[in-house]
Amino acid sequence: MHTTTIGTLNITSVIFFLLFVASTLAITWWAAKRTRTTKDFYAAGRSITGFQNGLALAGDYMSAASFLGIAGLVSTRGYDGLIYSVGWLVGWPIIMFLISEPLRNLGKYTFADVVAFRLSQRPIRAAAAAGSLAVVIFYLIAQMVGAGTLFKLMFGLPFEMALVLVGILMISYVLFGGMIATTWVQIIKAGLLLGGATLLVVMVLYKVDFSYGNLFGQAAAKYGDKFLEPGQLVTDPVDAFSLGLALMFGTAGLPHILMRFYTVPDVQAARKSVFYATGFIGYFYILTVTIGFGAAVLIGADSGKLGRDIIMTIDKGGNMAGPLLAEALGGPIFLGFLAAVAFATILAVVAGLTLAGASALSHDLYVGVIRRGQSNEKEEVKVAKIATVVLGVTAMLLAMAFKGQNVAFMVGLAFAIAASANFPALILSLMWKKFSTQAAVWSIYTGMVSAVVFIVLSPTVYIDILHKDTMAAITKQVTEIDGKAKTIDAEIEALTKQIVPADAIAKLKKKEQPAAAKKNADLQSSIDGKKKDKDALAAQKTAANATKPVAPIKYRNPGILSMAIAFLVGILFSFIFPEKDAEEKFATEKLREYVGIGAE
Amino acid sequence: MSSKMKKEDLLNDEDFKTLVGQKNTISWILTVLELVLYFGFIALIAFNKPFLAQKLTAGKATTIGIPIAVGTILLSWVFTGIYIFWANTKYDAMVKKLKDKVGG
Repeated sequence: MHTTTIGTLNITSVIFFLLFVASTLAITWWAAKRTRTTKDFYAAGRSITGFQNGLALAGDYMSAASFLGIAGLVSTRGYDGLIYSVGWLVGWPIIMFLISEPLRNLGKYTFADVVAFRLSQRPIRAAAAAGSLAVVIFYLIAQMVGAGTLFKLMFGLPFEMALVLVGILMISYVLFGGMIATTWVQIIKAGLLLGGATLLVVMVLYKVDFSYGNLFGQAAAKYGDKFLEPGQLVTDPVDAFSLGLALMFGTAGLPHILMRFYTVPDVQAARKSVFYATGFIGYFYILTVTIGFGAAVLIGADSGKLGRDIIMTIDKGGNMAGPLLAEALGGPIFLGFLAAVAFATILAVVAGLTLAGASALSHDLYVGVIRRGQSNEKEEVKVAKIATVVLGVTAMLLAMAFKGQNVAFMVGLAFAIAASANFPALILSLMWKKFSTQAAVWSIYTGMVSAVVFIVLSPTVYIDILHKDTMAAITKQVTEIDGKAKTIDAEIEALTKQIVPADAIAKLKKKEQPAAAKKNADLQSSIDGKKKDKDALAAQKTAANATKPVAPIKYRNPGILSMAIAFLVGILFSFIFPEKDAEEKFATEKLREYVGIGAE
Repeated sequence: MSSKMKKEDLLNDEDFKTLVGQKNTISWILTVLELVLYFGFIALIAFNKPFLAQKLTAGKATTIGIPIAVGTILLSWVFTGIYIFWANTKYDAMVKKLKDKVGG
């Protein structure tokens, strides 16, 4: 048995975590004194540099799910995990080429500012807020349930305790320190995560003489050549394409990412921040993949057991690959450090999400829709703070309600909604003169609703969650039938062996021959009987399989369908409900979009 | 020094049209390259797994698929580098020229 301290409260971990909490709260206290106006609260007074924002963007994006999850996926499934990690990076260049600069020039605090620039404020802001909130809520639930599960797995402490701790801290950062505190929490977290992962990778490389060839060679020796080849991850090209679309364009539609571009002073800093963020995130995924292969090769190397088996005994999903590797290479102290980093990672991500959600509630819904844009600074900051508490508490309660449920699909859903509700409206409003209010509103709503509906009707939710029990019962039934069939096969084989061969009968004495022939006939008839039973079983199996629920939509990833619908609606409705006024304003929008005249 | 233009006049200014044209061309070329890069990688996985499963050097374990995957990550970053280089040198200069024309 592999011995590990994972699952017990690690004192180093507590110390590192308390250090992190103490320093981030100190920053929050410092930031609170600097957070007075809406510009401070939503956009850190536009005082963040390109490099700082690059780190903060990376901090917002690198979740514990990608740190622990991708390392786990690589350690258990090899190359397939690497494929998965690539998809998480490719959205960033798209943000750079199409989104970051116009967004910075045209908007103020949220991406709804940009979509509503030349269209009717109220309907657009209501729709964009709905799109943002849907993304934020699903993402938050996934992160918080993940935090609770991680807490339990790592320290053996209760799920609810993690939620309350995460909830209180994230609300404190945002409520008191607004974007200034949130940005610095992200920067610290990004530094810790990148530093910790780098240290772990150096330890791995030290063990394999700083040769990746050596690392892969050992992996292939332990798990076979297949470990370094694409396997089962991409079976349906359409599904893979659909997932790719959602990851790529979803990244460019995440409200907490888009919001970060308002924290820098100008477009130069905005584009610089994407360049740094892409570099950091790409580097991070390369580290994570190395950690995954390292875990597969180095964990259990002393005991002669396979790393993969040890990882999967502790957590089936492989999430403990990184922590186990840290323990194997750096002992309990390094494990404690890395566990604290993982927890800090979750905290930072949920803080960013909470701020984005609160901004949608206060800046878009309250000021934009309810107050029709008429509100003063003081009131808006107050509403934003109330929204922070409401959203934070709601997220905590929802996460409690989803305890023990499979919420992994919610991250995918958040990306699908971001790609289908937010991205099409944003890009069409930037690029297309004829894009009208009705088109934008309907594009956002249909994109959002179709992403949710399609995922519910897909095997991801319809089979794996809604019909999980039925499916399990049928699978059990089929296994039983297979078992019975096997028994009958064995019986048939045994009976067949007893049949006296024809040449043996011929050699028998004349008077013994009829008895032997009769015995053979009896045997044959019981064999035939058994064969009939077997046919009956086969029919039962077919019948059982036929009762298996079938998802109305066979694709697991809704992106391709929901994005297509959102774009189609956006284009069609612009022709059906044209807007002369908005077309005329496109000229002014262009001046500000490309040259920055009038930008805030 | 000639008198300043009105902001609206910029819309018909040749320099502004060049700026918009160049910015859109660069942005879309790089976007298409990124799409081809990533979905090309996905297409290889979907349609030609044996290609990715080839050994990089005979007798060694590392497959061609590994540098291709890592290369996709690195090349994506290089693309952002190309864009930022263009924007910092050309785009900003053009923007400055236009802003000077209207006096900020």
